[in-house]
Order: sequence, then structure tokens, then C-alpha cells
Amino acid sequence: MTEVEAVIGLECHVELSTRTKMFCGCPNEFGGDPNTRVCPVCLGHPGSLPVPNRQAIEYTMKIALALGSEIARSSLFHRKNYFYPDMPKNYQISQYDLPIGTGGHLDIDVGGETRRIRMNRVHLEEDTGKTIHAGTTGRIAEADYALEDYNRAGVPLVEVVSEPDVRSPEEARAYLVELRALLEALDVSDVRMEEGSLRCDANVSVRTVGAEELGTKVEVKNMNSIRSVERAVRYEVERQREALDRGQALVQETRHWDEGRGVTSPLRSKEYAFDYRYFPEPDLPPVEPDEEWIEKLRAELPELPAERRRRFVEEYGLEPAMARLVGGAGSWADFFEEAVRLGADPRPAANWMTGDLAALLREHDVDLRSSKVTPAHVAEITALVSDGTISTTGAKQALAAVFADGRGVREVVEDEGLAQISDTSALGAIVEQVVADNPGPVEQFRGGKEGVIGFLVGQVMKASKGAANPQEAQRLLRERLTADPQAG
Amino acid sequence: MTELCDLPGHELGRRFRSGEASALDAVESCLRRIEAVDGRVKAFLERTDDAARRAARAVDERFGRGEDLPPAAGIPLALKDVLATKGIPTTCGSKILRTYVPPYDCTPWARLREDGAILLGKTNCDEFAMGSSTENSAYFPTRNPWNPDTVPGGSSGGSAAAVAAGEAVWALGTDTGGSVRQPGALCGVVALKPTYGLISRYGLIAFASSLDHVGTFTRDVRDCAALLSVIAGKDPLDATSLSTERRDYTADLDGGLDGLRIGVVRDWLGEGVEPGVKAAVESSIDRLASLGAHIGEASLPHTDYALSAYYLIAPAECSSNLARYDGVRYGHRTADATDVVEMNMRTRGEGFGDEVKRRIILGTYSLSAGYYDAYYGQAQKVRTLVIRDFAQAYERFDLLLGPTSPTTAFRLGEKAEDPLAMYLSDIFTIPSDLAGNPAISVPCGLDEKGLPVGLQLMGRHLDEATVLRAAHAFEQDLGFSARPPLLEEASA
Amino acid sequence: MPVEIDVDHVARLARLALSEEERERFRLQLGLILEHAERVREVAAADVPPTAQPVPQKNVFRDDDAPWECLTQDEALAGAPEAEDGRFKVPRIVEGE
Repeated sequence: MTEVEAVIGLECHVELSTRTKMFCGCPNEFGGDPNTRVCPVCLGHPGSLPVPNRQAIEYTMKIALALGSEIARSSLFHRKNYFYPDMPKNYQISQYDLPIGTGGHLDIDVGGETRRIRMNRVHLEEDTGKTIHAGTTGRIAEADYALEDYNRAGVPLVEVVSEPDVRSPEEARAYLVELRALLEALDVSDVRMEEGSLRCDANVSVRTVGAEELGTKVEVKNMNSIRSVERAVRYEVERQREALDRGQALVQETRHWDEGRGVTSPLRSKEYAFDYRYFPEPDLPPVEPDEEWIEKLRAELPELPAERRRRFVEEYGLEPAMARLVGGAGSWADFFEEAVRLGADPRPAANWMTGDLAALLREHDVDLRSSKVTPAHVAEITALVSDGTISTTGAKQALAAVFADGRGVREVVEDEGLAQISDTSALGAIVEQVVADNPGPVEQFRGGKEGVIGFLVGQVMKASKGAANPQEAQRLLRERLTADPQAG
Repeated sequence: MTELCDLPGHELGRRFRSGEASALDAVESCLRRIEAVDGRVKAFLERTDDAARRAARAVDERFGRGEDLPPAAGIPLALKDVLATKGIPTTCGSKILRTYVPPYDCTPWARLREDGAILLGKTNCDEFAMGSSTENSAYFPTRNPWNPDTVPGGSSGGSAAAVAAGEAVWALGTDTGGSVRQPGALCGVVALKPTYGLISRYGLIAFASSLDHVGTFTRDVRDCAALLSVIAGKDPLDATSLSTERRDYTADLDGGLDGLRIGVVRDWLGEGVEPGVKAAVESSIDRLASLGAHIGEASLPHTDYALSAYYLIAPAECSSNLARYDGVRYGHRTADATDVVEMNMRTRGEGFGDEVKRRIILGTYSLSAGYYDAYYGQAQKVRTLVIRDFAQAYERFDLLLGPTSPTTAFRLGEKAEDPLAMYLSDIFTIPSDLAGNPAISVPCGLDEKGLPVGLQLMGRHLDEATVLRAAHAFEQDLGFSARPPLLEEASA
Repeated sequence: MPVEIDVDHVARLARLALSEEERERFRLQLGLILEHAERVREVAAADVPPTAQPVPQKNVFRDDDAPWECLTQDEALAGAPEAEDGRFKVPRIVEGE
């Protein structure tokens, strides 16, 4: 078996979260009744003309700046000509040889190691409408007809294209996580893959390790989550590796990822190679940002995820791995810092977020931003644990309750009796009862078996339904068993 | 007796304000003329008689209340059918848009309507403005009022003929390679193509975006200035429209010609130009000199190449602009196609006429893989050379002068089978479309067949004022008063 | 020399069904027109920059203000040759063409 490596380039499409579309004043919103967010411009009516949205241009420049790309001093829109019914003009206004951003890089962490993925370009274009292939089986090839909704047509779309520097499915995943965090920090997109505001195609090839030239490139499409990109890339790399092992030649093609079946399959091969007949869009003057404009945008850039994670390590004493977890997404990092601002001890707060809270979110398939748990809740939980009001167990229960209904933490602790019993008289009675109920272990402890104390503390906890303060329980037990050996 | 429909708009405006005539009178006069002559001229594709009468009554009411209305108020006008009009069919002279009713108004008409101008209807044109004779209309050819056996020129032949025949007082057309000035010359009316970007293209159904201009047809230069004043100026809906303030172009008309330097493009009076055209233009040069202009000789050496560049750039942009006519969202769709590719192909094959298909094929070819640099890219460089020609000429001259067209109106069918011969009729108008500078055609006499000749004056970018001032002085001195024979019959 | 054009290929790119007669006529006419147009190569030297717009402009934008009023679904579909459930209906799409 030849030693082969994967060579992967990622092409991400990012829908910008502007108020209006790229070239017209229609609202840029997800969903809506079909063909209700349209006008003569985005429906491609004869005589209508595009006028570029300044905000979309600035968002694109910010993405490019954040990736360290070179901002073109003169950038052009081109027309990409091809027929498809989801495209109202049968050309897409896009960018060709003069994109807004060129070059740059994105650093990703995989297995504790930092890898630098070089960027090829950052360009701006308009999105297409949406096609429904209608028919009995639901498969495109067997559809009877198609239906077109142009609400999405003309939504500003940034294409971020990497160089083929990604070497594994894990790196593909890490790249997407990092890019999403970056876009989230820039606040330029909703970055929701399930709604299509972040989409990703992968160019995958394999080659003998050490070889210079690239293998046959296959474009894989139709992945709708970061996980599905990772799976699709893994499948495709394996498929190509096996084909090479069997001595089969690979063909340059576009393959479709089938999420349900977990396989890629070829789209019907093209009768004609695409010939997009690019030419400069005559309806649009060039974009020529001056130094002042570029520097103004650079100054407006927020703290980017990588810097922020470094700061979390330095400022809050988080372990680097923990900083990556908390700082993996802008919304998490914001949540964390808000909790700290409200008084949370940083390290426990990070632990609670990435441990129990993350588990709850996963279990209920809820996004942090839409969950009922607030930074104030986390701050309160860490405070109550640290002053001994609740135990760790109690805190877990409190968090689950807050997650379910959003009540205040103190309210939950009170309502559900989660406060620890540290009061000597209340605890003393339980200790007495446990000593009385467990003569055997008591005898063993007195005989010198120190370890039995753990069992007895456990019995106290059980009898108190978790409300006892375990340290206090152990102190009382020791006092009781050593002070008066005859009493039991 | 002169009828209201034969008067210039500024005279109608005076009568509206003095109470001598009403806007409704003017509209009825135009409608009577249309009834009398349009069976022969065939300028209109669509008429809006009832809406025009309603709009005229509304204007008259406002005049009656003593309101101070803008100069365009009550002026009956016609629009070339490539200009989108909300709720009124807009076909571009094409079968593919036979059923198309725009959901919006083009900016020039929106501004005119706002000022109280009255729409009489939509005029015939070569399909998607591609042609120089209006014979390429999918519906019928328009005839020249001066001689119904001849063409009115094109592509805005319907608008030019309507103004020439008194069917409308003002009209708008579009000029991509000469489609306003050439029919203006052939029909004996004043036709202006202003600076690229001065008039919004929003709602001008695109043929070749970087060359398309909205232009005007009027009886005289004063009306031309008045009409331009309404429709010129920055439009936020057109990114290529220039940041210019709206202004009153009639204010500077009377400055005269004294001291103005006019360069005669001598090469444009050589071979291929009809003697009648040459004679009328030569005598116009003498007249301008006698009015105080300094006449010299100018050269635009890349004129021939301009034609070649035009016939690469225009089809290339056309092939892309016309891709949207695919049978999906509006317009014609073929029957019973089994898949979308077949539907697109047959819809377009059935919906487009010969010249449009020819240019789509030509443009698609010249943009296709491997040919861009050789054709479109090279043509854009020639465009630079043409612009440099003009820039050099304008170092020495304030205006350039030549014939608008090498010929007067030609007979129907004469050039229909020979695309290259037809293309040559735009040879003197194309350079200003490539360079984007303003150019006007004013009637300067009749040839031996009694057909009008157009004198073309070209100015610097955004210097419409000088172009109009010179044209006005020339027109006032010439006193061109001939009328199409058809009109004498109509009023007899 | 007239330029030879593969009219069939180009017509397919342009999604334009042509009759046999049209194909042949266009092949000849376009060959002549292109021969004429080839002259642009004679004069346009490498150091001549291309002109895309007759009157150069740059940075013309629209502010991302409150959205404008859209067409209603009925208005959007008013010209549709065929529609269903608020959408434009087209014959089936065969991928890869």
C-alpha cells in the first residue's frame, strides 16, 4: 500500500447579515413566503439595474482584513454567464480576476498543534434563488418539474477560498470552526450552516506523500454542517485512497454528499465544460478603496478569536485547551466574559460552561444563544459553590433546572432544597442516625480502617438527599467516633 | 393652418398658461393626427388614449387652479418601447416580450410624469434596439413620414417618426450606436444623445449596457433643452449615472456662436457619403462660420476601427443582457418542452428575431473561452483609442461637426439582407457612443429627393450646454420649416 | 479570410434553438462580420488600457438603509408563464447541462 496524503481546499460561501440585499433594497432575511422579498432588480426584470450595498462591501473588506488578505486598490465585479432557472438574469454578478481580497491565512489548532492554512481569495457575489425539484420520488433526476423562489436571489454572498493546505478531515473541521468563530466575531453573518448562511464545498485529492503535483481533484458539495463536511471529506479521501490502491484512475468531477447514506456520488457528468464567459459588469463602476477607508475598517475590527483565546490564558489563567473550548465561538467567549464580569470565578465558570452546560445544550440540541441559561446564572452558580451554599451535585441540579425554565439560581436552590446542610445541629442528628445504622463500618473505622470514613460520609449524603456539606459531615463523623468511643 | 400637435412644446406651454389652449386640446390634436396618419406611418405599438385624456384633464384642472406647473406639464409625448412603463405593455419590438407588462416605471418617464407630461403610447423600434431602420421590429416596420417608401431610420424609428408626423410633441428613444441621432436625421427632427450617465438608464431595457443612452426627439432645440432638463441628473437606481445636479438647460441657449471653435471631421465628408448629405453639411459649415464660429479641421482617425469595436462590444454585452429572456419569469414560453434546457432553447429560438439571434451568437462566441482577449478585450482598447481621438480634438475645438448619417432615408428592404451595409449607416454616430460624449443631430436641409439631412454636433463630456447653444443658434438662423408631404395631405 | 464559427456549440451556450437554414446563414454572415471585426487587433497595442465605461466612475454605492417595499407575490408572479404555490414553475431540470 502506497503512503498517500489528502490535499484539501475549502470554498466557503458566507451570506452576509446586511439589512438589504446586495444590489437592491429588498430585505435580506431568511425564509418568508415564496417570492415576497423580491423586486424588479432581484427578479431580473428587463431594464432594472444593480446598485451595490456599501455595507456588504465593508463586511467583505473586514473579512479579508481579518484573514490578513491584501485588499485590492481596484476591484471589479464581473458577470459569470450560465443558464440556471434559480438565477434571474442567467448571469451571476460575481468577482473574477480582481477580487476584494487576495492571499492571507487562517491558523487552526489540531491536536494541540497550530497549522497555518493559506487563503487564496475573498470575493463578493450575489446568491441565487432556491429550486424545489418536485415529483414523486424527490430525487432530482426523477423530478417532474421544478419550482423557483427568488427570495434569496441577490443576498450578498462572500466566497472565502483556501489554498489546498488542509490535510485531513479533522483539519477541515478545525478550519470551519475557526472560520465560523472569526465571522461570528466580525458580526458579519449569522453563520448558521443549517439555514445555509454558511456553506462549504471541498476540493479533495490524494497524492503520494512527498509528491509535488496534485492528484485528480474532486469537488464535493451539499454538506450542511461542520460535522457533515468532516464526514464527507473523510469518506472521499478513503474512496480515493482505495481507488488508487486498486489501481483505478480517478476522474475530475463534482460529487454530491448524501448525508443519510454517508456517501458521495457523482453528479451526472457535464456534456459541456462550463464556459462562463466572464466579462466586466458594465452596470457597476469599480470598487477603489483608499488608504483611509481601509484603515478605518481595520481600526473597527474587533478582537479576533485567536487573540481572545491568548488573552483568556493570560488574563483568566485558563489552560490553553480550555481557552480553545470557551473561545471556539464568539457567542461562547462573550458569554464567558460576561459571566466573569458579573463576578464568576473564571476557571470554574469555564468548566461549568464547557462541561455540564455544553452537555445540556448537546442533549437538547439547543444553541447557547437561544438557551435560557444566562451569564448571570453561571456567575451565581460558581459563587454559591465557592461559598459552600451548594455542593457540586446541587449545582448540577440547579443548572439543569435553570436550563429547563430559566428561573433564578437562588430561587431554584430554595424551591428544590438544594442548599447544603452545614448547620451542626441539623447535620448532627443525621450523623447520629448513620452511626447507629452502621455498627459494622463504625467498628472497622475504630479498628483503624481509615478508608471507611468515605463510606460513612456517603451515607450521610444519601440520608440528607445530597444537601449535606460533605466536609462538615466528615468533620462531625470523626468528632463523634473519636471523642467518645464507648457511646456507640 | 398649423395644428397644436405641430407646435413645439414651449409654445404649447405658453398657450396652456395664457388660456389659449388646454392640455386636453393638445392631446386631442395629437390623437386626431395619429388617427389620420398612423395607418401609414405606423409609429405606435401601444396607445394609451384614455389615460392620456385623464392625465390631460388633471393637468388642466391644476392650471385652472392657477398652479405654477413645470414646463413639461401637459406636453404629449411618446416613449420608445424599450423604456419600461408600469402597467403598460413594453415589448422592445420583440415577440419574446409580447405579453410583458413591467411592474415599474423607467426613471426618465417617472420624472416626466411627475412634472405632468402626458404619455400617448409606446413607439415601434428595431427588436431590442438592434437595427438602423426599424425593419427589425417583430410587429411591423415604421415608415418615414417624409416618404412612406423609406425607412425612418432606427432603432428609435417610431419615436422619430411620431415627432416628425405630429403624432407626439416630444419623444424619448435610446441610442447605443446612433439609434436616436440617425432616425432623428432621417426624419428631420432634433435628436440629442447626451453624455453617458447624464440620464438614468434605470428602466431602459438593456441592449449593450456600456453604450446604451436615453436620448430625446423634439421639434426644436429649445424643446430639446427643456426635455433634457426634466430627465437629466443623478439617479440612485443607476450606479453608472453621474453625480450631476438637475439644471435648466434652456437658460444658456441664447449665447450665440461667437468665438466658438468648431472642428469639422473632414474624413466624414469623403467616400460613402451621399452628395446630398455632403452638400447640406458643407453649406451648414459656411452658415456657422458666418455666425461667428471659428471653423477648423479635426480628425478622428480611429473611426473605422470604432465600428469594428462596436460590433464586438455591443453583441457581447447583448448576449449577456438578453440571457434573462428564458421563459421562466415573464414573456414568451414555448409549449410542451420536456426539460428546462429544451424550454430555454425553443423559447428563445421562437421569441427572438433574426438580427437579435445573430448578435447573441456573435457576442456569445466573442466572449467564449479563448476569444475574450482577442475580441472583447481588444475592442475595449480600441475604445480607449477613440476616447483619445476625441480628447485630442477637444484640445483645439469646443465642438466637432460632421454628418449624422452618410445617407438620407433609404428604401425599405434596401439593406435588410446585408447586415454589414446596415451597420455602416451608424459609422458617424458610433464614436460618440463609445466615447460617451454628447452629440446632437439637427435638421440642416433637404437632399435632392426632398429627404431631410441631419447635421451632427459633438461636444465634450457633460458640455451639453455648448452643444445646445450652437445647435440653437444654427437652427434659428437656418429657419428649417419644411414639413413632411404627408402632413399637408393630412391637413388638406 | 472569414472566421469559422462552430455555430452549434455557440447556440447551445446561448440556449438558442436555430433552424438548419439559420445555422448556415449565421455561419457565413458572422464569419464576414468577425473578419471585419478582427481589425481591432491591428491597432490595439499592449500598452493601451481597456475602457469599460465611457465616463469613468468609482465607488458608487447604496446605503444599507431600511428595506424598500417589495412586490407582492401576485405582482412577482404576474408575468409567469406558469406558477404553483407562489413559485415559478419550470420543466424538470436535468443536472449537469
